[in-house]
Amino acid sequence: MSKAKIIETNQEPIKSVDVDPITLDIIESALRNARYEMDAVLFRTAMSPGIREQHDEFPLIADRNGKMVVGQFGSFVDGFLKTYDGDIEEGDVILTNDPYSVEGAISHLNDWLVMMPIFHNGKLVGWSAMFGHMTDVGGKVPGSLPTDATTIFEEGIRFEPFKIYKKGELNSTALEIILKQCRLPHWNRSDFNAIVAACRTAGKRVVEICDRFGVDTYCSALDAALNRNKEAMRRLFRDSVSEEEIVFEDYLCDDGRGFGPYKYRCSMRREGDKVILDWTGTDPQAFGSINFYLNENMFKMFFGIYMIMVFDPQILFNDGFYDLVDVHIPEGSLMKPTYPAALSCRTHALGRMFDVLGGLLGQRQPEFLNAAGFSSSPHLMYSGYDKNQEWYQLFQIGFGGIPGKPFGDGPDGHSLWPSFTNVPNEFLEAYFPLRIERNETVIDSGGAGKHRGGNGVNLVYSFLEPGEISIHDDRWFLPPWGVNGGHPAARSRKIMHRTDGTVESLPAKCDRIFVEPGDRLEFITWGGGGWGDPLEREPEKVALDVRRKLVSAESAEKNYGVILNADEEPDAQATEKLREKMRNERGELKTFDFGRPIEELRKTCKEETGLEPPKQPDFKRATAMMENR
Amino acid sequence: MAKVRLGVDVGGTFTDVLLMNMDSGDTFRAKTPSTPSDQSVGIIKGILKACEKAGVDPSEITELMHGTTVATNAMLERKGARVGLIVTDGYAQVLQIARSFVPGGLAGWIVWNKPDPLADLQDTVEINERVGADGKVVRELDEASVKDAVKYLKKRGVESITVSLINAYANPDHEKRALEIIKKEWSDIPVSLSSEVLPEMREYERTLTTVANAYVRPILSKYLASLTSTLEENKIKSNTKVLRSDGGLMAFDLASEKPVNLMMSGPAGGVKGALWIAKQAGFTNLLTYDMGGTSTDVALIENGKPALRRETEVGDLNVRASSLDVRTVGAGGGSIAKVPELTKALRVGPESAGAEPGPVCYQKGGEEPTTTDANVVLGYLPEDLLGGEMKLDRAGAAKAIKEKIADPLGLSVEKAAAGIINIANENMFGALRLVSIEKGYDPRDFALIAFGGAGPLHANALGKLMGSWPVIIPPSPGVLCAYGDATTQTRNEAAKTEIKRFNQLKPEEVVKQLENLRDEAAELLEKEGIGADSRETLFQVDVRYSGQGFEVPIEIDLEQLKKEGFSAITDKFDKVHEQLFTFKLDLPHEMVNLRAVVEEKEQSFGAPELPQGSEDASEAVIKSSDNFWYEDKQYTAKIYDRLKLKAGNKIAGPAVVTEMDSTSVILPDHIGEIDKFGNILINPKK
Repeated sequence: MSKAKIIETNQEPIKSVDVDPITLDIIESALRNARYEMDAVLFRTAMSPGIREQHDEFPLIADRNGKMVVGQFGSFVDGFLKTYDGDIEEGDVILTNDPYSVEGAISHLNDWLVMMPIFHNGKLVGWSAMFGHMTDVGGKVPGSLPTDATTIFEEGIRFEPFKIYKKGELNSTALEIILKQCRLPHWNRSDFNAIVAACRTAGKRVVEICDRFGVDTYCSALDAALNRNKEAMRRLFRDSVSEEEIVFEDYLCDDGRGFGPYKYRCSMRREGDKVILDWTGTDPQAFGSINFYLNENMFKMFFGIYMIMVFDPQILFNDGFYDLVDVHIPEGSLMKPTYPAALSCRTHALGRMFDVLGGLLGQRQPEFLNAAGFSSSPHLMYSGYDKNQEWYQLFQIGFGGIPGKPFGDGPDGHSLWPSFTNVPNEFLEAYFPLRIERNETVIDSGGAGKHRGGNGVNLVYSFLEPGEISIHDDRWFLPPWGVNGGHPAARSRKIMHRTDGTVESLPAKCDRIFVEPGDRLEFITWGGGGWGDPLEREPEKVALDVRRKLVSAESAEKNYGVILNADEEPDAQATEKLREKMRNERGELKTFDFGRPIEELRKTCKEETGLEPPKQPDFKRATAMMENR
Repeated sequence: MAKVRLGVDVGGTFTDVLLMNMDSGDTFRAKTPSTPSDQSVGIIKGILKACEKAGVDPSEITELMHGTTVATNAMLERKGARVGLIVTDGYAQVLQIARSFVPGGLAGWIVWNKPDPLADLQDTVEINERVGADGKVVRELDEASVKDAVKYLKKRGVESITVSLINAYANPDHEKRALEIIKKEWSDIPVSLSSEVLPEMREYERTLTTVANAYVRPILSKYLASLTSTLEENKIKSNTKVLRSDGGLMAFDLASEKPVNLMMSGPAGGVKGALWIAKQAGFTNLLTYDMGGTSTDVALIENGKPALRRETEVGDLNVRASSLDVRTVGAGGGSIAKVPELTKALRVGPESAGAEPGPVCYQKGGEEPTTTDANVVLGYLPEDLLGGEMKLDRAGAAKAIKEKIADPLGLSVEKAAAGIINIANENMFGALRLVSIEKGYDPRDFALIAFGGAGPLHANALGKLMGSWPVIIPPSPGVLCAYGDATTQTRNEAAKTEIKRFNQLKPEEVVKQLENLRDEAAELLEKEGIGADSRETLFQVDVRYSGQGFEVPIEIDLEQLKKEGFSAITDKFDKVHEQLFTFKLDLPHEMVNLRAVVEEKEQSFGAPELPQGSEDASEAVIKSSDNFWYEDKQYTAKIYDRLKLKAGNKIAGPAVVTEMDSTSVILPDHIGEIDKFGNILINPKK
């Protein structure tokens, strides 16, 4: 139930009217255009490379009840409406970054969420909203993602939803107080302005559509769009989700405090029209900051979008089908930690959730299964004072290999996140004291398969000023898995070359690593798992990959059974002979290939990664807390 | 001897030649079938035909202006040259990694297969050298590594070479030296340098743009060479120029070196043609709307100046070369309408029935209902009036719409057809909004000029959606591009990147740099005999708030800059920023690029005029049709022959005006008036 009180100057009720399918499509297209316009306005005016160059931001337009009609992460609005105890008036703009007060609609303090009610002639007709990742929100480390935090109080400034604009009037006192807590206030200021401008743009468009079609038609069309999606999804669920329970488990490698792996377990089954997704069996919350407060509705949306993409990309998605999905997340678990648990480094679990989802959905129809590779969203932070005593602070998102998939190979070094891009290296070199020595994908790092997993990336940074770096990554211990006979991919690594010649492996999650001019960091990301039997990959394609230096000749032979001649062309006869032998020698093809078991990986960890293996987490305290609830 | 100018536009089906006698102002048109295997065959045929009509000897032609899609098609069809790419050590995969962007939203990666880079990784070589972001050399160029690279690429059999080194925008020395070495090792290979093609920051975009240039260069230069020799064989010794994406002209030899500037040559011709015609009729604020068989191009013209942007989209690639800001949507006469099983929503396009099999009504085997079929069913496109060449199958179109659209949606055939038109219009409306509303322009301040084969059919409806009046339908809307080609001026620009805050600069320095750029750009015009008196210069500085990633080009007046200092630039930028994005910031401003655009002053030539008639247009009526549907109502509409219309005629909607290459619709409650140049000006009935 909504706690928020909507103040409307126009008391006339909105009538439900019939909307012909054509008008409905027109209104839907117009809203979709408005949503893209939100992105366009933001990219052009934001300042932090994270939002502007890498596009770490998520817009939506919702109906008057807060249901998302266009967008991609599901609505952030209804969680807010449920808990916000106050008036909402025309001209108000709400700002928050507190996951705990919006039921996890945003999941760490760096994400600033702006929500704006849209009024037409004094009547609430919808909401526009957007959140974006701020490079810094204060707290104990630059970038505000402390790997060793144990409570949210260490992670920066936190504000519950409040009116940053009240009836169009900016609350500049609050804004200035907030900005004072951040290391790069001018970035926060302009990114915030840009997000508000994007939301206002959407508001303007919605008002124009209402002018054009009338408010009754507009609101009724949105209802119809939500309902249309619900009916399509109902059929899709019936056809593609089994009544029998399907389970998938995957792990996060470590918590940044030396413990791991952490288990994620999700089950899926259908009862009549309803799909039930249950995270019971997921490990209790971690002591550190890798916890991910997963919003149930957001998970419904992710699930829906994956279903659509895997089975029928024609469907347009919105919040309409939410009633058809039940989500259960145990309180006090990694996916629903208890306040004031630290949340800042939730990015790995967010990525891992997508791998789990992928593993769940295709099990009944393995031809639709994707390999693993979402895995994480690796970050590098680099900050300090330069020669002119000016503060510099970089937050950069890296990318790995896209998994092999039913429709083809996974691209090398691309983004699994929608609309994300890398930062041009020339831009980095012009604005930060560093040089990018190499930017290339790592040979053989993609899992072998009929459809090859994409290679991970090796980005080599050369630092030009003294400063400190932080690293956030995962999949360094457990490799991304392959499917339908496809092999697992290579794991991630971080190698520091000091000017004195020493070479050290850095942990996947660390802060306060000090660097001197001339130090070089190899930031190597994981590959995507392979899809399908590598022995079925066309030898010509394998040879082409070898000539392009994406796969080595050794791997072509060992993993694909392809023998190349002196011109790097496949030797048909030798290849067929070798493949025949390999087919006979190997056992049944596995649906999932997770690589070696965890205990074995622990044993070889130090030797292979240069790092101590993670210790089995001890959940005594967390379990006690869960039991007390 | 008369000055004779030719505009030549090669389309998918027809080649149009427009001959203008610059002294008398007379124009003559010739249309011949295009000859895709060697376009110059069709062109020369058209030229000779036009000369014959005009009674002009081919040797009298003084200027030939050409809009070409050769470069565009080579890119779209991936039929360009095999490009060898030379890069800095560590950057071989610059095109493989690209910007790491996956289209299609969350989980879009599941269905996306990445196209191969324009230059194969096998044909990409790293050389040893390094320049820093400040332009200082970090590692000297290892000349032996360049020699090895050339040897390797020669062995690989590449047909064109690109050199794109990191930070070459800040210091091109290594690229220039590499060029010398390559030329010494392999003298006849065409080489494109990133620091020459696009001296701007962002290594992926610069490399891609330069590779795209190298990719289309052999094909385009071969084509232009073949056209030149065909012209010579026919004793045509005119000045020959190609229309660039940005609406300027470029001599054939320069175009052969920088074909990346020609990717939008075709659509640019349309925009320039529309502008020229509309200007005669007294309109300078225009939305241009060019709807063809598979796609629609739209652009905005303010005060007679088409909006420019700093990039060109060709298929799935985005190259950094200036182009008129033409937006394309996949909505055309051939766009297929369908109702997906699961959602029961009506979708139109972007899939197209193309020319083969084409719409159902063409009876060439098409089975999927298209926008054209909907136009036939609603009576907007008469069945038997396409110059008598082809009869359209209305019953077949109606049957396809009934089975595939109307029945699944539970609608009447006419309602379903109207739905198809409305959705197609909405898609095009979206593109028009992109160039207008989303840039902060009010479309009600603009007239809408429609052309292309299908534009005049939908123009009235779009005018209504946009509130853009009048809707202008020029004479021969199917061949407007050739007009554009013939009426354009020579133009050249010179630019450089220099990222500095204004407080680190002096106005005099910036003025000096701009003047140097002007002189550099003017050189080419000077060579073509266009003296200082016949030239105009436009100065631009790309500005942003320090820290932003996108710049806004600000036009500046040198005198004002000298007098007022940088506030002449920054105040204007703040104003534009506020107009575009609703806010401005109290942050230092930064200069990114400097640019001078030098253009030949416009020459005026008159458009042909129609004889004056009365308001009564009944002489032009061919017949009446009672099959005209609009907003679920059936009307009787008159069908007019455009060639018989006279200046001053008024046509009340509903009406259909037909001519050889196009059909125009005037909706109920609207009136079309014929002006003295033969334009139909449609306005709502008062």
